[in-house]
Amino acid sequence: MKGNTRKNWFNVFNYTLMILLSIIFLYPIVYTFSVSFSDAGSILAGKVILLPKNFNVEAYKAVLSDKKNLTALWFTVRLTVFGVALSLIMTTLAAYPLSRKNLKGAGIVLGFIVFTMYFDGGLIPNYILLKNLNLLNKMGALIFPRAISPFLMIIMMTYFRGIPKEPEEAAVIDGCSNIGAFLRIILPVSTPIYGTLAVYYAVSYWNTFFEALLYIQESTKFTLQLRLYQVLNVVGDSILSHMDVASSRVIITENMKAATVVITIVPIICVYPALQKYFVKGATLGAIKG
Amino acid sequence: MQLKRNPLIKNLLGNYEFYLMLLPVIAYFIIFKYIPMYGVLIAFKDFNIFKGIWNSDWVGLEVFREVFRDKTFWRALTNTLRLNLLSLIVNFPAPIILALLMNEIRAEKFKRVVQSISYMPHFISWVILYGIMLTFLNKNTGLINVFLKNIGLEQINFLTEKKWWIIVYLGSAIWKEVGWSTIIYLAALTSIDPTLYEAAIVDGAGRFRCMWHVTLPGIKSTIIIMLILRVGQTMSIGFEQPFLLGNAKVMDIAEVLSTYIYKMGIINARFSFTTAVGLFQSVVNFILLFIVNSVARALGEQDLWGGKKIEG
Repeated sequence: MKGNTRKNWFNVFNYTLMILLSIIFLYPIVYTFSVSFSDAGSILAGKVILLPKNFNVEAYKAVLSDKKNLTALWFTVRLTVFGVALSLIMTTLAAYPLSRKNLKGAGIVLGFIVFTMYFDGGLIPNYILLKNLNLLNKMGALIFPRAISPFLMIIMMTYFRGIPKEPEEAAVIDGCSNIGAFLRIILPVSTPIYGTLAVYYAVSYWNTFFEALLYIQESTKFTLQLRLYQVLNVVGDSILSHMDVASSRVIITENMKAATVVITIVPIICVYPALQKYFVKGATLGAIKG
Repeated sequence: MQLKRNPLIKNLLGNYEFYLMLLPVIAYFIIFKYIPMYGVLIAFKDFNIFKGIWNSDWVGLEVFREVFRDKTFWRALTNTLRLNLLSLIVNFPAPIILALLMNEIRAEKFKRVVQSISYMPHFISWVILYGIMLTFLNKNTGLINVFLKNIGLEQINFLTEKKWWIIVYLGSAIWKEVGWSTIIYLAALTSIDPTLYEAAIVDGAGRFRCMWHVTLPGIKSTIIIMLILRVGQTMSIGFEQPFLLGNAKVMDIAEVLSTYIYKMGIINARFSFTTAVGLFQSVVNFILLFIVNSVARALGEQDLWGGKKIEG
């Protein structure tokens, strides 16, 4: 009897805690949405708690009429599309051959790739390389250095290894080339892994901040994250002195900042259901390998 | 003809398409990963951008001497160690506790919903989170300060007072990563043999004793491996979080190695100097990893390589 009561109390505590934690995870995001749809007066008076006060879309009108924001948005969309396309092609070129266990030298190549997960040249050598390749201030600087994620490559390779070999072998015996067999037999059954990797890569390109801060100085090539940073630090930050600070004369209100955050976050929230369908498996695998 | 009958040659010829596919991949890794590794040489040179890496003059360990004489380097190092130690104490156990509590939830659907929600912050970038934090923590308009003002308390400038800055730093990292980090522990939990629980219950163990005697030992090896990996990152610290949260008023505690390298290297263009700092970081990390791994093995625990053997 005593044990039972204790168990029930624990359950009450545990479920309450989980609900509380869920609220803590969600509330900041909901609050930011609400601020973006409220008027500046209500925000200053602290009236916005959960839902928008004096619902309006003025902040969005202001944010979307700023040409710099639109430029950054368009640049980031292109960066994400090109980046994901290149990453998927390059990752396939690595993962498919390496998924063949009988391929001579596959182990060496795999080791050669995995080694780069643990050692890298560091900030400055990477910077010098991109400078020498004349990639500074180009979209390529934000794509090439991370075109292949060894971690995602291993996930794709493991997926390919799990596909039954017989149909593919039959096709090759019937005179199909290896690449033909890949396109006709393997690719059609691999949509889940391509979906997963596309979303992972897309999130990483969409969230590009550090690389843009390092390699991009022309404001026409700012990513959305870098632009958001500029909007948030509108007072003028000495670190960004080399950047274009003309916009700092414009008054940016709280709801406009929130609206910029929302525009940046919405694509992630949209792909989230697709993302979470596979990521648990992927993350576990990666954690074990890593 | 003779050549084609050789099994090795036959294998290579039959697989030529695979080798063709790997060519651009190998070229990619050489150019974008291995050439920068070679670039580490500039830590031992007086790098001159016009002379290039190879033709710059060797200076031996002179650059390192310069680094160790620099007071701001030691400040960045101390700050990095302080923040990493605090997050080892606070942020490392958090996902373990959360995973244990989630594991006790029997309503599967409820559990899945909580899990999905807890993973979401992981995908929110630091810039976005910084923006969200500003709306919350702003001295005048932030929700928390408006609340404090309404109940008659003094407003707090969370991002410019050192004590609060550290709390915000640790708290925001927990918010972002705690849910995501439970994944590895939850996966380890599923591999515990259910008959162990049955046996424990037969022996009269309650829920907490099951947790203590079955669940925790069941994920102990995962915890140790995560700990080893974590200690091997003692000298490293992410760039975006301290860079975004940092400001002039808290520089004394917020300037860490990553932001220091960025400022010295990119803004002040001291290429050899910062490469030496980076190399020093990697070497210390590697030594620490090696030491904890050996300690774990000496104590009879699974070490990194043992962990790998089981998986493969």
